[in-house]
Amino acid sequence: MSTRTAEQAAAQSAARIGETRGERLRRILSSRVASVVAILIAALWTIPTAGLFISSLRPDDDIRTSGWWNFFADPGSVSLYNYNYVLYSDSQGGGLIINLINTVVITIPGVVVPVAFAALAAYALSWIKFRGRNVLYVGIFALQVVPLQMALIPLLSIFSSGLHIGGLTLIPAWDLEGVNTLIQVWIAHSIFGLPLAVFLLHNFMRELPSDVMEAARIDGASHSQIFRKVVLPLVTPAIASIAIFQFLWVWNDFLVGRTFAPGEATRPLTAVLGDMAGTWGFGWTRLPAAAFIAIIVPLVVFLLLQRFFVRGLLAGSVKG
Amino acid sequence: MSKTRRISCLAAAASVLALAAAACGAPEEEDNDRGAVPDDATDCANYEQYGDLEGETVTVLGSIRDAEADEMTEAWEYFQSCTGATVEYEGTGEFESDMAVRVDGGNAPDVALFPQPGLMSNFTDTLVPASEELTALTTEGWTEDWVNYGTIDGTLYASPHSSNAKSFIWYSPTFFADNGYEVPKTWDELITLSDTIAASGTTPWCAGFESGGATGWPGTDWIEDIVLREGTDLYDQWVSHEIPFNDPRIVAAIDKAGTVLQNEDYVYGGTDTISATAFQEAGFPIQTGDCAFMRQASFYGAMWPAGTNVAEDGDVFAFRFPETNEGDNTMLVGGEFVAAFSDSEATEAFRQFLASELYHNARLQTGPWSTARQGVDPANATTPINVFATEILTDPAVTVRFDGSDLMPGAVGASSFWTGIVQWVDGDKTSQQMADDIEASWP
Amino acid sequence: MNISAYLDRFGLLGLGLVAFAAVLLALYGLAELASRRDRNRAVAFVFLAPAVLFLLIGLVYPAIRTVVMSFYDSKTENFVGLDNYIWAVTDPDALQILVNTAMWIVIVPLVSTALGLVYAVLIDGRAGEKVYKALVFLPMGISFVGASIIWKFVYQYNGAGGEQIGLLNQIMVWLGGDPVNWLNAQPWNNLLLMVVLVWIEVGFATVVLSAALKGVPLEIVEAARIDGANPREIFWNVTVPSIRSAIIVVAVTVFIATLKLFDIVRAMTQGHHGTDVLAHNMVEQAFRLFERGRGATLAVLLFLLVVPVVIYQVRNMRRQEMETR
Repeated sequence: MSTRTAEQAAAQSAARIGETRGERLRRILSSRVASVVAILIAALWTIPTAGLFISSLRPDDDIRTSGWWNFFADPGSVSLYNYNYVLYSDSQGGGLIINLINTVVITIPGVVVPVAFAALAAYALSWIKFRGRNVLYVGIFALQVVPLQMALIPLLSIFSSGLHIGGLTLIPAWDLEGVNTLIQVWIAHSIFGLPLAVFLLHNFMRELPSDVMEAARIDGASHSQIFRKVVLPLVTPAIASIAIFQFLWVWNDFLVGRTFAPGEATRPLTAVLGDMAGTWGFGWTRLPAAAFIAIIVPLVVFLLLQRFFVRGLLAGSVKG
Repeated sequence: MSKTRRISCLAAAASVLALAAAACGAPEEEDNDRGAVPDDATDCANYEQYGDLEGETVTVLGSIRDAEADEMTEAWEYFQSCTGATVEYEGTGEFESDMAVRVDGGNAPDVALFPQPGLMSNFTDTLVPASEELTALTTEGWTEDWVNYGTIDGTLYASPHSSNAKSFIWYSPTFFADNGYEVPKTWDELITLSDTIAASGTTPWCAGFESGGATGWPGTDWIEDIVLREGTDLYDQWVSHEIPFNDPRIVAAIDKAGTVLQNEDYVYGGTDTISATAFQEAGFPIQTGDCAFMRQASFYGAMWPAGTNVAEDGDVFAFRFPETNEGDNTMLVGGEFVAAFSDSEATEAFRQFLASELYHNARLQTGPWSTARQGVDPANATTPINVFATEILTDPAVTVRFDGSDLMPGAVGASSFWTGIVQWVDGDKTSQQMADDIEASWP
Repeated sequence: MNISAYLDRFGLLGLGLVAFAAVLLALYGLAELASRRDRNRAVAFVFLAPAVLFLLIGLVYPAIRTVVMSFYDSKTENFVGLDNYIWAVTDPDALQILVNTAMWIVIVPLVSTALGLVYAVLIDGRAGEKVYKALVFLPMGISFVGASIIWKFVYQYNGAGGEQIGLLNQIMVWLGGDPVNWLNAQPWNNLLLMVVLVWIEVGFATVVLSAALKGVPLEIVEAARIDGANPREIFWNVTVPSIRSAIIVVAVTVFIATLKLFDIVRAMTQGHHGTDVLAHNMVEQAFRLFERGRGATLAVLLFLLVVPVVIYQVRNMRRQEMETR
């Protein structure tokens, strides 16, 4: 049986079950009450973001002196000034366009590298038999809880002064400057993203049918061939979902970027957000526009790829 | 195509449109008090002493951001074009933790603009002491009080950068003129005038301590101003913890602040609104005649709504916090200190530049700013309040003391002192309880 | 805008990606070589090397360093034994932080999971289910910093009599009450900060649980109904047990996220007014108060709090191992 038909069958039966359960639920809670509650929750969850979006379109004085809901009473005053300012101004409080590019440049390798390395590691942890495999896996799982903040200084000092044991230099100092410091951010994000990615991918790969693997082995395929030709195609949804997870994390990161890419020129978007309001906080009226620029890309990516995200997440973690 | 897909595509299209619409061109910059670099600071002959620094880079980290940072870097421009050096400035809202991480991680900036001299002492192992030339420039350029704040254990590490005058009380000159009031010179005169104003039906004082996560700091300045006027020795002992925080004289000073801040007849809106009123906007009722005074530093001049005439004969201005003892002449101050983590030639040149009269005169003219650098012409400042502040700050006869909460350990100066003053002004703690609790939190 | 600024960055990106592709190719070649000789250990080594190397440098070494530092004083110069730990469990301020953290890790996972489950049940099979899900899911894509700005417009306070720009206070005024300075109002401000995290995490809970609901076998539900169980009994005795493992995964994931929470507190109250939590105060101690020993100690406490979760995961894995073998 091919996986595609299995999936379709599962989807069909899920829909059928859903409908009958829907009927049953409508008996538990009268349908109307359920509707009201559902709509209420959905509204409550959407209002804060909507408020931000509306605020970002209002002129400074309006933001300062009246609530965003007043926009509905007097919608005449729409202004893109704040967007224009935060993106293109030469001032310290603007010019986000370059930070936006930094974020993009940071995010792509920051997602690709850890996901690729995690896929390799997860395969070894699930399908290659060797001693100490479980201990290693549990160790990697436990590393999820190391607080990022405590890892900043040691890692930064490896980049800036190298790693030495006694007189022996294990890693020389990197001495990166300017734009090149972004490389440090790639590596830091790759490291911090690995434990969760390995954990989720391992859960997913373990669920693959072992007879498929056995058959491939009997046909004389090597581990690297099985990984490339059998496992990778099967775990694509999981990889997609983990990549989205990591994408959100890297894009939204605040600490790693500002620590490993110091300097006005290399900071990512989120790291600048908090500082945009100025020394005395007067520029806070620019924050809605700046924040909206920062969240629109992940939101769109998220909405478009939601399906993959959910599917991978389920297959990978629910059974674990 | 599912419904969700369609909605998300719409959202994507809308956002692209928004970005594209915004891309219609760089915005026009607002031009309020921005000035220009004066002629003598644009002449490369004045930068010859720094030598040829072509290709060298100096990285600078500070807590100054936005427009102020623009004005500051503008004053650095000719140092860069004349010497060939590149100065990369980075402003951060998380100065303390960014410094801690970078210094411990071996990635310190070449130059740091410390907003609190107390913070510097955590980095003495890595700081580069001032060279002979820089020491000479600093002692010639600043009074002894200032030089002391840049000195740790007898070694000068940092020269001052900007300075602001904190012992200011804001008032409305028009309101005073209309009612025939005169600027009070002593604490007693201030209280008498407050009573007069209160009797006339106006609440004399405005106050607001709210400042987000730093709520309370405007209140600590109040206490510092009063303690300082009880005696500079007492102030120094208090700040360095030679006497406990709950010393009876300090408790008495807190009580004295209470004669204003806890006086229902004095405070606009009632004393229970102080801790929740944003400091940035707390003084606005002065303009409408709803209150007469607010104690706040010289930088408050930048916070009045656009169009306010901040001048000695204008809508609002400030007078000096009155002295308690006859003959005293004190000023509570704040400001940045220029410390370095690199001894490169360019860093040394840049430090000397930042300590020079040339720079301070130029910086005064690129935007609202005040300085304690001797030899500058205060009239160069772009706003009347900064002229006034710079006149006081550069007057060698004035005894200056740095903001005490910035000198105390962080656990007190940036934590328990703030929360203590908020609880006190809310009426949840007496002066004694507040002082006892802060004393207990001293590390 | 300066074109060369763009070129610099994208050039670096291109170079980095090419270099990474070369590394992957080299790894693949090595693995192939090792596979030819059919040596599992060698192949495993090649597959695991990059990840393990990264983790050793970036997480294992810092973790060990942190544990060591927790036994030293603020400058990491003198050994102080358990002093920092004694401080953490006796100092009133530190205790307040532990109490707050305990509230967070109980309330947030509980509320997020419960709300997510209720919502998932409510929208299950309803017309427009996907839209409902997407709306609640949205906050997950928003950074903590962005979320804090969003919620500023909810909690913002302007003195009584002034125009309110915070939604919550405007509602108070509309209802005839007085505005409240929410973020300073102890101890309720803690709950208000938790609301922000719950707002972010409910979407995650909803999506996972809603998918799990669809996997509940129809036959069991039918059998229960034939046996005369009422709908509530079916929900508690059939549905919930069937999706038990999904519920646990959601709760554990939210638990870890809550424990590591730093940004919301940082951006909204900086830990003042009795709102500090472990992960935030750890940074405060280590980087702002220069109490490195105490900061490290709080980090170790953070590890320790997750140990039960790790043990649970290990047992779970053992059980699965048994089932497969």
